[in-house]
Amino acid sequence: MNMLVCIKQVPDTTEIRIDPVKHTLIRDGVPSIVNPFDAYALECAARIKDKNPDAKITLVCMGPPQAMDALKTCLAVGGDKAYLVSGREFGGSDTLATSYILATAIKKIEETEGKFDIIFCGKQAIDGDTAQVGPEIAEHLDYPQVTYAHEAFAEGDLVKVKKEVDEGFEMIGVKTPCVITVTKPNFEPRYPSIKSKMAANRKEIPTIAFADLESIIDSGRIGLKGSPTKVKKTFTPEVKTGGIIIKEDTNEASAKVLFERLVADKVM
Amino acid sequence: MNNTVLDFGFTPDQKDLQMMVREFGEKELTWEKMREFDDRGEIPMEAYKKAAEMGLTAITIPEEFGGAGMGQVENAILSEELGYWNGGFATTVLANGLAFDPVLLFGNDEQKAYYAKYIVDGGFAAFALTEANAGSDAGALRTTAVKEGDEYVINGCKCFITNGGVADVYTVFALTDPDAGARGLSCFIVERDRKGVSVGKEEDKLGIRTSNTCEVIFDNVRIPAKNLVGQEGKGFKIAMTTFDLTRPAAVGAGTIGGARFLIDQCVQYAMVRTTFGQPILTNQAIQFKIADMEIGTQAARALVYRAAEMLDAGVVDTTIAASAKVAGSDNLLKVSAEAIQIFGGNGYSREYPIATIYRDAKIYQIYEGTNEIQRMVIIKSMLKAYM
Repeated sequence: MNMLVCIKQVPDTTEIRIDPVKHTLIRDGVPSIVNPFDAYALECAARIKDKNPDAKITLVCMGPPQAMDALKTCLAVGGDKAYLVSGREFGGSDTLATSYILATAIKKIEETEGKFDIIFCGKQAIDGDTAQVGPEIAEHLDYPQVTYAHEAFAEGDLVKVKKEVDEGFEMIGVKTPCVITVTKPNFEPRYPSIKSKMAANRKEIPTIAFADLESIIDSGRIGLKGSPTKVKKTFTPEVKTGGIIIKEDTNEASAKVLFERLVADKVM
Repeated sequence: MNNTVLDFGFTPDQKDLQMMVREFGEKELTWEKMREFDDRGEIPMEAYKKAAEMGLTAITIPEEFGGAGMGQVENAILSEELGYWNGGFATTVLANGLAFDPVLLFGNDEQKAYYAKYIVDGGFAAFALTEANAGSDAGALRTTAVKEGDEYVINGCKCFITNGGVADVYTVFALTDPDAGARGLSCFIVERDRKGVSVGKEEDKLGIRTSNTCEVIFDNVRIPAKNLVGQEGKGFKIAMTTFDLTRPAAVGAGTIGGARFLIDQCVQYAMVRTTFGQPILTNQAIQFKIADMEIGTQAARALVYRAAEMLDAGVVDTTIAASAKVAGSDNLLKVSAEAIQIFGGNGYSREYPIATIYRDAKIYQIYEGTNEIQRMVIIKSMLKAYM
């Protein structure tokens, strides 16, 4: 089983500040972590590897050079090899452009690592919260996809995925190659061991730059100009408080009070 | 958490280790999680298992024997970060290193590999020196080891043995020549599953209740002669050399972690706890208390890491090693008493972790040689320079 896990480095706080002028995240001074959903995705892959010692996990991350730290963190908890996709040309990409760059980089990485059977992604990143990049990678590659996975089990060229749905869980069988996006399962990712951590620090992480993809990428579909998404305004929605609760003896009586109120407020 | 001034010129690997253990503690060793184990006087086995899988229990075991092959600075980082969250758990983890060190320092490769495997595989090891009538006075031990052919027969009773009830293997000090006193002491590897090894009374302790402390009884226990560590009669030297190695990291650094935790807690509490309409942190009386806590902790911390660095550089300085242990443990007792004072009634309540550390703190002045013995060791070592 040849697996790829897509990793994003994100700011480590729920109190992210937003630049009031540019409407982008202020990242200065905020420590970075591996996107938690990506860590769950890696854990899903690592669990498959636990049962199939021949399995291999490759990591890919698009981001600035310091995103190397996120890849090192992941190499210590299951990753075998890692690639960083980085370059000015990729800056300003929205989810569509990002997923296109990643899909192209995946093809490039496959030249070295072989064709991937499963591509794991976190269901979304905690900074942008779009949940689009994973599914878009699947579309770019024309692969089947399963979203909101809790765990995956490899059985030959079939992957059984425990998927979260409103009513509970579904078990879905999907043929490889496929894309699986992972949500928060009921287990925690493993801890690194001292040895795996030190080994990860010493691993070489190749960078894939624009020049490496130039022959196979459409430069009109990347970066700012390849991004149809334009952020017009970012704001914190007003917190609405002070709702009223109508609870009379019977539902009928409650409905009557509500109706009278709506009439009084000239809503009805 | 106050993350400033924690860097003693640590290497990137050492900083990674620090963060690794810190994150582990934040998740696994919080007071909310530890409280029930503290109540019952139990080792949190699930957390121990995870720590062992991370390689934390085998940190000083050389790589060739399956450990992380790290030195005393790293061991101190581990001890400090675990000690930050729970002194009992730090004691449980670090006791493995204490038990292995005599074998590491004086054993042969076969013994090292054999002993290390128990720890690397996630088990427990215990250092068994103390007896009812002989603690710091190692010359008054009674346990004997009589050679019979290719075997030694061990008889005696050890007490206050950390990990004693859970250990898979013991490092036992016994007299091969009872008439020679301390010079007749020898060191042995004794496996738990040998016939005649049994665990006696478990101590119901004031503090470090998440660690296990037991009597261990050796009743005609036969072990092969190859389980002798070093030579006959070298036991006392082996024990003392081991303590020189373990005092700074295992004991000293643990106290620094506990003190840092209390300082963090006190600052946060004093900022939100208000009396007479303002946070108590605005009172100079509270500010001075916290400043004094910080001064004592920074000073002890500098000494602990200096001692650990010297050991890694191969310099054994008994004065520095013993001073690190004393400075750290005396400081923690002061800091924990003041922390309770700042927390007031809440500090005295078990709802808050402060009281636990106050109870835990006392042990550091006692185990691995009482602070009085440390002072005797220090003056003896000092006076050599004047003779």
